[in-house]
Amino acid sequence: MRSSGQEEQQNNTFWQRLHIDVPLLLGILVLLFLGLFIVYSAGGQETAVVYRKARSIGVALFGMFLVAQIPPLVYRKWAVPVFVLGLLMLVGVLLFGHVGKGAQRWLDLGFIKFQPSEIMKLIVPIMIAWFVSQDNLPVKISTVILAFILVLLPTLLIANQPDLGTSLLIASSGIFVIFLAGASWKLIGVCVGLASAFVPVLWMFLMKPYQKQRVLTFLNPEQDPLGSGYHIIQSKIAIGSGGIEGKGWLQGTQSQLEFLPERHTDFIFSVFSEEFGLIGVAALLSVYLFVVMRGLWIAVNAQHAFTKLLAGSLTLTFFVYVFVNIGMVSGLLPVVGVPLPLVSYGGTSMVTLMLGFGILMAISTHRRFHV
Amino acid sequence: MPPRRVVIRNQSAEANLFARRTFIAFAGVVLVLLILFGNVYNLQVESFEKYQTRSNSNRIKLLAVAPNRGLIYDRNGVLLADNKPVYSLEVIAEDVEDITSSIIQVSQLLDISPDRQSKFFKSMKRKRRFKPVELHSRLSDQQVALFSVNQHKFPGIFVSARLKRNYPFSDLTTHSLGYVARINRKDANRLAREDKSENYAATYAIGKRGIEKYYENMLHGTIGHQEVEINNQGRVIRTLSYTPPVPGKDLTLTLDIELQMIAKRALSGKRGAIVAMDPRTGGILAMYSNPSYDGNLFVHGISTKNYKKLLDSKDLPLINRSVQSGYPPASTVKPFLALTGLEENIVTPSTTINDRGWYQLKGLPNKYRDWKPWGHGKVDLVRAIEQSCNIYFYDLAFKLGITKISTMMERFGFGDYTGIDIHEENKAIMPSVAWKRERFNQSWYTGETLSVGIGQSFWTVTPLQLTQALTTLVNHGERKVPHLLKAKSELIIESSGKTTHQNTPIIYEPRAPLKLKDDSHWNVVLEAMHSTVQKFGATAHKPFKGTTYDASGKTGSAQVARLKQGEEYDAKTTSENQRDNAMFIAFAPFDKPEIVVAVAIENVAKGGGATNAAPVARQIMDQYFGDRVITSQAHKVNISAKANKKVSSPIATTPQEAD
Repeated sequence: MRSSGQEEQQNNTFWQRLHIDVPLLLGILVLLFLGLFIVYSAGGQETAVVYRKARSIGVALFGMFLVAQIPPLVYRKWAVPVFVLGLLMLVGVLLFGHVGKGAQRWLDLGFIKFQPSEIMKLIVPIMIAWFVSQDNLPVKISTVILAFILVLLPTLLIANQPDLGTSLLIASSGIFVIFLAGASWKLIGVCVGLASAFVPVLWMFLMKPYQKQRVLTFLNPEQDPLGSGYHIIQSKIAIGSGGIEGKGWLQGTQSQLEFLPERHTDFIFSVFSEEFGLIGVAALLSVYLFVVMRGLWIAVNAQHAFTKLLAGSLTLTFFVYVFVNIGMVSGLLPVVGVPLPLVSYGGTSMVTLMLGFGILMAISTHRRFHV
Repeated sequence: MPPRRVVIRNQSAEANLFARRTFIAFAGVVLVLLILFGNVYNLQVESFEKYQTRSNSNRIKLLAVAPNRGLIYDRNGVLLADNKPVYSLEVIAEDVEDITSSIIQVSQLLDISPDRQSKFFKSMKRKRRFKPVELHSRLSDQQVALFSVNQHKFPGIFVSARLKRNYPFSDLTTHSLGYVARINRKDANRLAREDKSENYAATYAIGKRGIEKYYENMLHGTIGHQEVEINNQGRVIRTLSYTPPVPGKDLTLTLDIELQMIAKRALSGKRGAIVAMDPRTGGILAMYSNPSYDGNLFVHGISTKNYKKLLDSKDLPLINRSVQSGYPPASTVKPFLALTGLEENIVTPSTTINDRGWYQLKGLPNKYRDWKPWGHGKVDLVRAIEQSCNIYFYDLAFKLGITKISTMMERFGFGDYTGIDIHEENKAIMPSVAWKRERFNQSWYTGETLSVGIGQSFWTVTPLQLTQALTTLVNHGERKVPHLLKAKSELIIESSGKTTHQNTPIIYEPRAPLKLKDDSHWNVVLEAMHSTVQKFGATAHKPFKGTTYDASGKTGSAQVARLKQGEEYDAKTTSENQRDNAMFIAFAPFDKPEIVVAVAIENVAKGGGATNAAPVARQIMDQYFGDRVITSQAHKVNISAKANKKVSSPIATTPQEAD
């Protein structure tokens, strides 16, 4: 018993020195490799797509490793200036942004083009976690209100680009911090009420026509089966026709014959369900559950309020990706552009997610973290 | 950096609070996962069959494969209608990046008129974006080659080949063959009513007139199906199963294209029609109406300008005069009237009258004139036919009365459809007391009976009706169904996969025969027609001088203008469309006739049937008989020395293949 325990401790020490959380890494790797296989099937069995995905996996893993080396203390120190810089960049996008696919999301700095909204997915939870951990938990109402305003600023700027998916993720990352920080249930009730009251305002004044169309389509996709309802109908057909055992890898007719839209990005879950059936879905959801559990375990075991809140928020936000993506392709939610985390093709969002996991690993491994 | 506030933290209380909140969040995560899984379970297990069906209907398409339309041949196997590949340029708007500039560029390359371009843009608006729209319906070989080389520059634009009907003899056969043209809304509705829409799902054109319309069911064939897997673009990925179409039946007509050509040449520059028929079968050897038009124009969709030209032409080329025009038969019906006189015991072959050039009803001032102002003198029945003596037939008609005439003429098929196998047919008019009552609500006048006696008044016939009546006459009352279809041929696919053509001759049941009380009357009339051609000085002798096939016939000149009492007809002073029509009927040889011909020529400038129509009939017969020399068994016939030189034996009939 003792010797094995010692071995384990030594092992842990080795990985800990590398600042890698092994169970989390395993869960992430399973999802990433699964992603490679499905992207191959969904991308018309083109190896070039797989190579590109593998390359971004390499970049992302390296990025994760680098971030994991940074002690969480550093994030807290830089929270405010980075948050301010992030907001400035969002304003920059608004003023000089590069338009792509009907939305203004990219900022062209001459040598590099990037989406400030992606970075904000990390900056906002850091900022809010820093802000609410200034005082003892549970949070006071005044702090909550101020925190809300801090969340709302980037959310509205991003929603205006328009990028509903990202603004939703950023808003939830902030709200999770507030929730985990112990905001009173009464306050939560009031906020939910206010949010519901805000919906008509959102509909009337803030949503763009294409966003409204998406919601209408979600409510009744069959009204225009060849137009805007096409995606969601084809996606449901793909999932449903997979049955319990699925049609087999590379055998999904909906995806191979290209009836499914956005097969290797947003609708990759439909491809997966068609080819691997309910059994595959159960397995995939289990892996996600495992990753979420490990993330929450890291949060609970973190040594300080800031790291607890940050780890919890990052984990739960990761789960929001899963929920929104699967909910959207299976017809539970309107279509918002959120990828299936780690599985979908698409470098930017994966790199951001992996950097988030790097932060989680840093929290998990940098034990000597003093106030 | 401002000095940080020192917060005294209750680490364990915070940890507990956080753990509680995390647990609630975790419970939320599990709940949400269960909802997601439940929803997927619902899709994949509860609604599995529904989505499986929809997935299959997504990817599996049943493509209709059009059958090849049956070919049409003349009696000797000459191709009259075939299917030729035609290349059209089609555009799928969905696949074209900049539709306007692409169309302009490709139009410049292939020299496509702005007319077609604007037509394309108009029809593009009406079609779904992923359906092909035609930019050019008939590319030349050069255009196809030019486009093929440049195709890579025009994604979404492609050449598609389709078989289209082609009539190699163009206007020579249009009136009998008819034509096919694009299925229009009316056709589609009719097909739907007849429950044939499915069989026509891949078919582009349908028979609109003539043989093409009448035998549409035989010519069309049965649709084939190809079950294919397609992608979201509708592009075929692979074939799952294939049921080949059954091609339409090939038809062999009774027509002889060479006789058609002679008919066209003989009628060139005239308005009129020729029908030639084999009296042994009722098969039509030639049917030509001049002027005609090119049926190919309609196959490709006739332009408004061209169609208007055909519609507005004074010569009415769209009318098939052989079956649709009612002409006053004039003297050509005298043999039939003579037969009626014999049958009704009004006259005998030896009954004579004295023709002084006019006929007058007792108590009436009107004088009915003979064509010869001073009359023919003493005339018996045979001479009355030979000389086409009007006075004899005024008297005969007066004695018969209209009812007996019309009853007998109706038995010959006048005033009714002949039943030929094309739909364009006119009944023409066989007047009777009842007919006039119904048509004009007037009673019948005896004077009109006299006019009927020389094939005038209200009486009109189609050339085909004349041919039919003459067939009955030469067959001694045996009545044949006039027809164009000789045989059909279908492709038989044996179980071994071997294919053979099975040729089936069409059998036409003869109609109830016309029985006379005395069978010898037939010969009296037929011999009179024989001598009309063969006897020196008879009305049709001159045009058939030198022929070797023992022809018989009867001339006719129909008055078109109504002349007032005492007025003289003069072609020169009469406007063109009021001039006389020339008519002629003939058959040959006298024994066992093989061909009967009816000719009608409208508004001739000079002369009548003998000078205008009879030579036309002769050209047909000359072509039909070629060098054959036929002499009658019962008659001594003058055979020209020239013909004797050619053929050593005086009797040398080549037996014709019966149909």
